[in-house]
Amino acid sequence: MTPEPATPMIELSGLTKRYGSGQTILDSMNLTISKGEFVSLIGPSGCGKSTALKLIAGLALPSAGTISVDGMTPKNAREIISFIFQDATLLPWRTVQQNVGLGLELEGVGSKPRKEKTSRLLELVGLQHMADAYPRELSGGMKMRVSIARALSTSPRLLLMDEPFAALDEMSRDRLNEELLRLRAEQKWTAVFVTHSVAEAVFLSTRIIVLASNPGRIHAVIPIELPLPRTAALRDTPEFEARVIQVSHALRAALVQ
Amino acid sequence: MKQRLRALADALAVFAALLLLWQLILWVFHVPPYMLPSPWAVARAVRARFPSLLSALAITAMESAVALVASIVVGVIVALFFAQSRWVRRMLYPYTILLQTVPIVAIAPLILMWVGAGTSAVALIAFIISLPPIIANTTQGLVSVEENLVHLFLMHNATRPQLLFKLRLPHAVPSLFVGIRIASGIAVIGSIIGELFAGSSRVGQGGLGYSILYASSQLQTAYLFALVLATVVLGFSFFYVVIFLEWYFLHRWHESALKMEVE
Repeated sequence: MTPEPATPMIELSGLTKRYGSGQTILDSMNLTISKGEFVSLIGPSGCGKSTALKLIAGLALPSAGTISVDGMTPKNAREIISFIFQDATLLPWRTVQQNVGLGLELEGVGSKPRKEKTSRLLELVGLQHMADAYPRELSGGMKMRVSIARALSTSPRLLLMDEPFAALDEMSRDRLNEELLRLRAEQKWTAVFVTHSVAEAVFLSTRIIVLASNPGRIHAVIPIELPLPRTAALRDTPEFEARVIQVSHALRAALVQ
Repeated sequence: MKQRLRALADALAVFAALLLLWQLILWVFHVPPYMLPSPWAVARAVRARFPSLLSALAITAMESAVALVASIVVGVIVALFFAQSRWVRRMLYPYTILLQTVPIVAIAPLILMWVGAGTSAVALIAFIISLPPIIANTTQGLVSVEENLVHLFLMHNATRPQLLFKLRLPHAVPSLFVGIRIASGIAVIGSIIGELFAGSSRVGQGGLGYSILYASSQLQTAYLFALVLATVVLGFSFFYVVIFLEWYFLHRWHESALKMEVE
């Protein structure tokens, strides 16, 4: 018996983005991401990886090509998408709990179910003791946890992440990577993850897209067939190292091009 | 607390030194009292005319307060309107600068003509000149929201009112307070200048500005000094009330308020 073909979550065809000045950021990108995948976009700066993410979210408009998210246009698909930004984008005048509840509040969820759900999410990211703190009292890693909890509050089926851990120290980053996988095992969302870190991409992804720049395009597609669930111990295995080396080589080749 | 007392003690020491210097100048140069009265003469004037001084202070304080509150309300409403589109800002912003650059002495006679002398004319003059900093700072705060925060709201399909009242307005509160701080000083100055032009001589309506005019025409220099002292007290009180409100509303989350705690 052959497995059923995976249903696509994202289909990009001929996706092109040019700036007004005529510079091409993305050049006819074709990519299909299936439901349940964790795909990382990695590449030198200027390869359009963040732009691709913004296009999928409908926060920027393509110059040419089409984007389909679960069969919908990006703007119509926002109900099933959550976006995690590079900075935690917390509202400083709101407490941690109020920040986590922002998405639900904007979508009109009443205050009682909102409180229940945000309490549960804070427990999930280990910040229940900080519920009434203000963002300025939190460390960078804690802020990002709040941001993740907020993103998960609306039960997304697609999570778009734009270098969410780039500003963190390596230890916090590793810990959050592990937590992210743990959350994914429970909630089964599809993820597109933009990063500069090869190790992070290998640890998280089921597939890595290496992009080249000028103009931004796909240079290599590398499936990461390491078994799930993955734990911190995976980082010490030769299989993991081999993947890191493979992706690093591809990345170097993309840079030289 | 200890540090604050220390700061207060330092300030008082400077004050005492200034009084001493003042007295020394009188002794050394033999300045006649109608040019420069002694500190004791000023203190006597304060005591002797305390009721009228207090009444003038109360009138000017009232005019300034009305002007400041009105400029905050109107300024925020105008800023909310300005924040709607770049096009609106481009069309109307030059007029707020106009408001700022028109010398108040030039339009005071017009206001006097339209409203008539009295506390309303004075409050109107003070209101007009304290409005621009409120508009400018609040607008700046409303439109300078980071792009990612706007994107965050868009990802949750936020409506325009939600964007305005849950993101832009709270984000603008620190800037609004910068505006209020500037405006609080201007409102007091505006009231006093306004009284010079449009103060009423009717009993119970002459504020500090009017009294200053009167005292100088009578060469009551000691009382004039007492009045100047009263304007300083008024300006300080306004400033510290605003600082307190700013701390009260912002200390839990905003960095500028955080610094004040450490000082």
